[in-house]
Amino acid sequence: MSTLVSLENVSKRYDRRDGTSVAAVDDVSLEVREGEVLAVIGYSGAGKSTLVRLVNALERPTSGTVRVGGQDLTALSERELRQARSRIGMIFQQFNLFRSRTVAGNVAYPLRVAGVAKAQREARTAELLDFVGLLDRAHAHPEQLSGGQKQRVGIARALATNPPLLLADEATSALDPDTTAEVLSLLRRVNTELGVTIVVITHEMDAVRLVADRVAVMEAGRVVEVGDVYDVFSDPQTPAAQRFVRSATHDRPSAGTLARLRTHHPGRLVSVRITDEPKIQQLIDAAFRDTGTSAELVYGGVSEIRERRTGSLTYELGGTGVDAALAALRSAGVHAEEEV
Amino acid sequence: MGEDGFFDGFLGTTDVFLTAIWQTLFMALVSIVAAGLIGLALGIALYATRPGNLFGNRLVFGVLGFVVNLVRPIPFIIFLAAIGPLQRAVVGSTIGTNAVTFAISLAAAFAVSRIVEQSLVGVDPGVVEAARAVGASRTAILFTVVVPEGLGPLVLGYTFIFVGIVDMSAQAGLVGGGGLGDYAITYGSQRYDWGIVYVSVAAIVVIVQVGQLIGNRIARGVLRR
Repeated sequence: MSTLVSLENVSKRYDRRDGTSVAAVDDVSLEVREGEVLAVIGYSGAGKSTLVRLVNALERPTSGTVRVGGQDLTALSERELRQARSRIGMIFQQFNLFRSRTVAGNVAYPLRVAGVAKAQREARTAELLDFVGLLDRAHAHPEQLSGGQKQRVGIARALATNPPLLLADEATSALDPDTTAEVLSLLRRVNTELGVTIVVITHEMDAVRLVADRVAVMEAGRVVEVGDVYDVFSDPQTPAAQRFVRSATHDRPSAGTLARLRTHHPGRLVSVRITDEPKIQQLIDAAFRDTGTSAELVYGGVSEIRERRTGSLTYELGGTGVDAALAALRSAGVHAEEEV
Repeated sequence: MGEDGFFDGFLGTTDVFLTAIWQTLFMALVSIVAAGLIGLALGIALYATRPGNLFGNRLVFGVLGFVVNLVRPIPFIIFLAAIGPLQRAVVGSTIGTNAVTFAISLAAAFAVSRIVEQSLVGVDPGVVEAARAVGASRTAILFTVVVPEGLGPLVLGYTFIFVGIVDMSAQAGLVGGGGLGDYAITYGSQRYDWGIVYVSVAAIVVIVQVGQLIGNRIARGVLRR
């Protein structure tokens, strides 16, 4: 796969009143491959929104280079930048639809800006509204639509000029779970049916699980971990990624949950990582059985990321063979960690 | 005078009354259009040059803001006297309906500019960002996104200004501008003819109400919510 977007040592610093400056994005190098869906995840204030705005040059980097389709955006004039932006779609958390225009008017706006003739504009608008399932609402005004419908209009507008790249800034964060799923599956279709590369900025687990191929974890302006979404979520390497994954997946007990569990379960608490290794349950059972260890399931969760099993189960273990059981699990390649 | 009926004075001067209505309407309508256009341009300039906005320019914004703030607090009656030389240069006279209309247009334009600026500042920065993201130029964003998005409150603001303009037009009598205010004072209160005063008041109330009604209708159409 070739690279569509590449950030090289990109920083964005803002000046503070006291003369110091703060880095919203700090020396980030990151590649987005053509045809993939990359999720950039992290807590609020990690610099995700600034990062995505550097990709379509809504923000100019303080240092470093941003390349999109081989073109160095940092070297472009304002006029050339506007053309580059028309080849990058963007959708927003608050949809940012034009209230003074109809649904069709919103979708046609980027085409007007690009100087497309009226007949072609209308044909393209109808085609896009059909794609997002809102052809019958073409003459409605944005305030007459539900949140999910508004975001579908936002997606149609972002795709009007046929951009090869779509940026989604917390696109589902203002929506309820059902609507979120509907918008995410539309984004998936945009990727698979139209071949559009997508960068999704999100702090929501569902957005990652349902659409992303790869994931980049951000903390304090830095990208601390990048990888296949399954790898990062099933086996996060950095402390920042581990913290985020834990809070997003809820399958490992938090400190508070752990303290509560201990009041009912005085035995040793061990969390076992569930992967898509075939027969992992049988491996775990065998380790406990062979060492005469009693096991009680007290916490955990198993779900799917990109159709692969992942999760964590926490057991209360009893008997004299617990250490032997842990050794047996590890030698069988099963990750087991005692909660302390 | 010696008339018996309350409205006899009015009935005897209906030709003056009709001329006064025409003068008031002329002053108010020409002024709202002229002030509307000048104020719109000035207000857009204030919005656009605000530091951090599309054409952010601290100097231009500062100078415009200073001029607007300088003129706005001047009471109209003093403003009318103060711009005499300008009136003579533009309209050719400092008295009469045209001279007053010019003065009202100018005074109201400064008020309109602040209302336009406020309406535009209220436009969601998110839609401006959305327009930037599709590659729209700054000029295009200003006129195809910011102004249409801010239009609803703008129309209500204009309606508000219209009332102020009718108020200003009542002071036209001082410099021979005529109008209902002049009629009410010279034919009414100065002759203790309360019938004429109340008819004038009623006529002004009707004009203002109709203006308000039209403004609300248009605003509802534009706001569509």
